[in-house]
Amino acid sequence: MSEIKKIKNLKEFSTSADRFEGANLLCPGCAHSIIVREVLNATNDDLILAASTGCLEVCTAVYPYTSWDASWIHVGFENGSSAVAGAEAMYKALKTKGRLKQPDRTPKFVAFGGDGATYDIGFQWISGCFERGHNIMYVCLDNEVYANTGGQRSSSTPIGASATTTPAGSVSYGEKKNKKDMLAIMAAHGAPYVAQVAPNKWKDMVAKIQKGFAAEGPVYINAMSACTTEWKFAPEDTISISDLATDSLVFPLYEIIDGTQLNITYRPKNIIPVRDYLGAQGRFKHLFTKQYEYLIDEWQARVDAKWEYLQRREEASV
Amino acid sequence: MEKKGWDGFEIGAMLRSFEGAVSGIATILPEDRPYSASSSFTASVADWRIQKPLFNKDYCIDCQFCWVYCPDLSIISRDKKMVGIDFDHCKGCGICVQVCPTNPKSLLMFPEQIEEEVALAEWPTKNTSKATTEAKEE
Repeated sequence: MSEIKKIKNLKEFSTSADRFEGANLLCPGCAHSIIVREVLNATNDDLILAASTGCLEVCTAVYPYTSWDASWIHVGFENGSSAVAGAEAMYKALKTKGRLKQPDRTPKFVAFGGDGATYDIGFQWISGCFERGHNIMYVCLDNEVYANTGGQRSSSTPIGASATTTPAGSVSYGEKKNKKDMLAIMAAHGAPYVAQVAPNKWKDMVAKIQKGFAAEGPVYINAMSACTTEWKFAPEDTISISDLATDSLVFPLYEIIDGTQLNITYRPKNIIPVRDYLGAQGRFKHLFTKQYEYLIDEWQARVDAKWEYLQRREEASV
Repeated sequence: MEKKGWDGFEIGAMLRSFEGAVSGIATILPEDRPYSASSSFTASVADWRIQKPLFNKDYCIDCQFCWVYCPDLSIISRDKKMVGIDFDHCKGCGICVQVCPTNPKSLLMFPEQIEEEVALAEWPTKNTSKATTEAKEE
């Protein structure tokens, strides 16, 4: 069995040899590759990777180049999860038959998908993988919009966000439906480990990824990925926007073990108002007009209610 | 580079086999890797930049925030020390400058065409620097 890679601090982490390459075509300041690097560097084991269609896939496999130094496959928009689950099933079968040349090696199976591929298009496939109990990790790069195709809303887009298919204007304030609670849905599948992570909290993230790799069964990771193009902020602000998101509790960091035990893994010292988070992004610009200002208070109330709910669940461990 | 068909890629350009030493590639640093021409490591996005980050060793505390938050793997760290910037892969997003906790910052954005010596000569000192970002907790 392979050991869990020891990462005590950032200096130690920085000795990792990345298995992801630069000169991919992601936008400058894209959080996707920060997340991918943190996930891949969390282990020294072999990696079998898949990506669903999305920014990450189209930008890292541009003919004739690949940006991956690991086995990587792309099939379709919906089936990153089932592609990697197929590889995992083959690995298991070969292991059972004793046909692996080095049976002591423990490759990690990871699928990446955007929120479009996860919340909408690939939902059935992911659900199937989790029901069958493959030993895989699914990482959703949640940027709350179909960024690759020009910013259409997905079922992860939060209320009030202006997207190209839900534009804000004099008649509409943008997206009207609340975001799907994907973590609760995946936890309800009975998955051994489900967690929400953010790239700016690298230590929390690496710890969760390693827990996920150690868990037996399907693991779902929801990674907040601030999108400089569609959230409309300057590329250098990716980490500060992520800080605003985690500190305002819009993206609370927590994990759910075996579908029941919920642990909050990050409690901000100073909780900042949601208004600050919304105000930093162009997609919420219209909320700061007289017409739509009431939505900010509704936002705050929703975030507070969710935080209260999470704390109660943690306390009750149900 | 020569463009190839779907079946023309060299073995190992895309897929790594299960044979060989355990965790082979994960411990080999980029300079020692046998990159094929199909790896985007051999490509460059330097022409995307309008500004470039420059690194001043004098103020660096080797906190590695720039390394972990660089989206383009352009911060070169060896033996827990920040060594320099990979200008073939840097897109000039400026995240490294934003997350740099020192005062004055040890990474700053400069116009693409500026000479490194000129930039280092006009580096702000502690008093004149606007950079007062608090050191982020680990």
